[in-house]
Amino acid sequence: MSDIALDKPLETFDEQAAPATLVRGYWQSVFNRLRHDPVTLFFAAIVLLIVLAAIFAPLVAPFDPYKDSVIARLKPIGWRDHLLGTDELGRDMLSRLIYGGRVSLLMGVVPVLIASIVGGLLGVVGGFAGGRVNTAIMRAMDVFYAFPSVLLAVAVAGAMGGGIGNGMLALTLVFIPPMCRVTETATTQVRALDYIEAARATGAGTITIIRYHVLGNVLGPVFVYASSLVSVSILLASGLSFLGLGVRPPTADWGLMLSTLRQSIYVVPFVCALPGAAIFVTSISFNLVSDGLRAAMDVRM
Amino acid sequence: MALAPVPVGSRFDPPVIDPRDRGGPAQPLLIARELRKHFPVKGARGKSVQAVDGVSFTVRKGETLGIVGESGCGKSTLARLLLHLVVPDAGELVFDGEAVGTSGGIAVNALRRQVQIVFQDSYSSLNPRMPVRDSVAFGPFIQGRKKAEARDLARDILAKVGLNADLFGPRYPHELSGGQKQRVNIARALATGPRMVILDEPVSALDKSVEAQVLNLLRALKRQLNLTYVFISHDLNVVRYISDRVLVMYLGRIVELGPVDMIFDRPLHPYTRALLASRPSMDPAHRIEEPPISGDPPNPIDPPSGCRFRTRCPFAEPVCEHTAPPLAEWLGMNSHIAACHMQDPGSGHSRAGRT
Amino acid sequence: MIFYILRRILYAIPIAFGVSVVCFSLVYIAPGDPLQTVMPPDATAETIEIVKHAYGFDKPIPMQYLIWLGHVLTGNFGMSISTRRPVILEVTDALANTSLLAAFAVPLSFSIGYAMGAIAGCFPGRWLDRLVTGTAVVGVSLPNYWLGIVLVVFFAVEYALLPATGMGPSGSTNFHILEWSSAKYLVLPVFTLAMIPIGILARTTRAAVAEVRNQDFVQTLRAKGLSEWAVIRHVLKNSLPQVMAVMGLQFGYLLGGSILVETVFTWPGSGFLLSKAIINRDVPVLQGTILTLSLIFVATNLVVDLLQSLVDPRIRRA
Repeated sequence: MSDIALDKPLETFDEQAAPATLVRGYWQSVFNRLRHDPVTLFFAAIVLLIVLAAIFAPLVAPFDPYKDSVIARLKPIGWRDHLLGTDELGRDMLSRLIYGGRVSLLMGVVPVLIASIVGGLLGVVGGFAGGRVNTAIMRAMDVFYAFPSVLLAVAVAGAMGGGIGNGMLALTLVFIPPMCRVTETATTQVRALDYIEAARATGAGTITIIRYHVLGNVLGPVFVYASSLVSVSILLASGLSFLGLGVRPPTADWGLMLSTLRQSIYVVPFVCALPGAAIFVTSISFNLVSDGLRAAMDVRM
Repeated sequence: MALAPVPVGSRFDPPVIDPRDRGGPAQPLLIARELRKHFPVKGARGKSVQAVDGVSFTVRKGETLGIVGESGCGKSTLARLLLHLVVPDAGELVFDGEAVGTSGGIAVNALRRQVQIVFQDSYSSLNPRMPVRDSVAFGPFIQGRKKAEARDLARDILAKVGLNADLFGPRYPHELSGGQKQRVNIARALATGPRMVILDEPVSALDKSVEAQVLNLLRALKRQLNLTYVFISHDLNVVRYISDRVLVMYLGRIVELGPVDMIFDRPLHPYTRALLASRPSMDPAHRIEEPPISGDPPNPIDPPSGCRFRTRCPFAEPVCEHTAPPLAEWLGMNSHIAACHMQDPGSGHSRAGRT
Repeated sequence: MIFYILRRILYAIPIAFGVSVVCFSLVYIAPGDPLQTVMPPDATAETIEIVKHAYGFDKPIPMQYLIWLGHVLTGNFGMSISTRRPVILEVTDALANTSLLAAFAVPLSFSIGYAMGAIAGCFPGRWLDRLVTGTAVVGVSLPNYWLGIVLVVFFAVEYALLPATGMGPSGSTNFHILEWSSAKYLVLPVFTLAMIPIGILARTTRAAVAEVRNQDFVQTLRAKGLSEWAVIRHVLKNSLPQVMAVMGLQFGYLLGGSILVETVFTWPGSGFLLSKAIINRDVPVLQGTILTLSLIFVATNLVVDLLQSLVDPRIRRA
């Protein structure tokens, strides 16, 4: 093999071609992909609508959700000013649905948030430490995995006596193991990659490596998974309320409303089905938005 | 100023004295003694993969030591042992006269300021979420510099490896070609200003044309920055091109060591001979009908007793099964030694002392 | 291979113990005195003393756990506060009814879900795929008890085709599956229960099949001249392990999720027992039911794991 001259200046390598496209960051390219996804955008708009309605409930709801009326009980859709009818105590359905959104969103988002932080922390620690620590953490999670989620939520909420706080606690407990597992898998995968070793070779400590190299690469899949859990959480929370383990009457909550309206399905069937429709629309919107996010973030880079 | 003897047949330049130098020009930059690393096999108690089993060598200041061997011979593990990325089970490392990891010697963190490693360019060699200039600046940043200072350093180094810092700095790894990524890997290793760079298969994943460019870059950088290289590869031609001395490994042990031309022109060990003979010739008149090496590489969990190469060696005899041939005594930079009973007159091998 | 089976079984045992600890602690996270949770409110002082001693409430908690565990292992789950019957009898009766539902819901949902997913996976991107995926997403986002109510509204209220609730006038004692007079009570609950597993299985199967189809070996099979049908068989076989894992989980869902459906249809199964126990604050029944259902789930997962290793030789080597 002949000796190529070493006195050639180093700058004239011919790979200096100008980039054809603008340099883009990862999150910017995700955002761009989302912009061209009509389905996801549509449902994201619905989610936004629901959230805004819940936040601004006092301004948006036409009636007081707690004001009952003996004469206006179980009126069908469109009766007088009640766009969606009234419930068994004469309260306006639309207003109760809007206020109910507050509770449902709260019980949907807060447990997932807390479980993400707690489960995520456990997962990163376990995934990065490996060995016995990891095995111990994952085995502990396995015990909770041994319960079907609905059962665990009902058991904990039921034993503690119901109520919104206990319900949220029960749901958090249900979501910690899956968040831990997802984070642990992602962390273990990232930890085995070469650039982590290169970072170690420069003398970086564990916390530094986690902060600069692991978190950025792990947060993506974890966030997508957490967003898919929100729709499950909304379903579970309304299920708990349906069984009487969530908020107490007269607070408006979709699951509770379904339960109390059950007796009345023979009278105004469509009005009684409305809270369920609300749960369905909210849940499916969150579901599809999280699917869209996953598709946008999942490109092999 | 008395310099150490120059190895025969090397393209060797006398080293410039580095301000961090402790031992003087005659002191080898790195001495490895009886390094050992066994990985326990999960499930099978007592068994382990004997990745590196008693490896000793020296690296002179300013030279390029090439390490050759097939997959599974332990060269990648050895690369990591030299930086304590994997902690050796036994043996010691001496860097510029100071023992690594012991009190009174040099700490591992301090070692890592003077020795760096370049990995094979895989898709995972760079953080996909970090722009290239941040990946390069990370090393200096860790080692105490401020972010702005580290970024400037990164710009300089990127320029040195032939990448325009303004053009390539903000790019992400997936926007670079293989050759460009490898240059970034080299820049990352050099950003902290090391004296020695370990290169683990740095060109194996690159196209041939790019390979040549990167090799030349490495040679130029070595002169510019006064570096010492340990160059690991399975590609004999590449090793010949870049090394001053070569070390041949087989199943965790050194089988031959010597100046590059002597290894390639007059190999002593049957394994080295077979390796060199396996390179297909470009000349159709020199077709090889029979493969020079027979059989599969044995299992590193259960290596053969005695000489590990005996199961594939055409000259194997009973003595090879009973006794592991020791590497002959290393006498200096020109020493050409092999671990083979045939090289040792007193071994009892029928061909001893005659080759 | 046999070692893998043994190891897997051995691994399930500490999990089962962990489950029992969680169930045991349910009594203690309940508000109020644990003793109140196992005693009916009108118990005499004598009874209280006897029960206190039997449960060991005066002893330290780990001791109480062991006593409780001892009881459980001999089949003594305590007494129901509301019905004064042994809990284990209540649980087994209820479980029998739930099993009836599951016996129909499982084959229905598994076969429909898998078929939908397999078809969608084999024709990705086409309208069939979109239809299946859309249905699956709807199935997963629908509150199943709401679907139950809607179905009741439609079939029982508006059109009086099927009964709204219950197991029939004679309850579970005179239930004859083969006669429509009894079987008609099954239709709505089974269909409602099957909906979510159909959705989840369709989604999982579709993903697994699509992934396997993209692998290189499928192209090799075609290049070798295999008929498309034979290729599909290979693809389905390779995607089976992933799907089986989810099937096991869905079985667990059917056990736990039945609580909502059974409440809607007043079906006297384990789920309904659970919801009654919650309303009545009948903690022994709560504990007993949850313990039984969870242990069944653990056993199911074990069986699914072992079956998986039979189907997927890669798992066996570990």
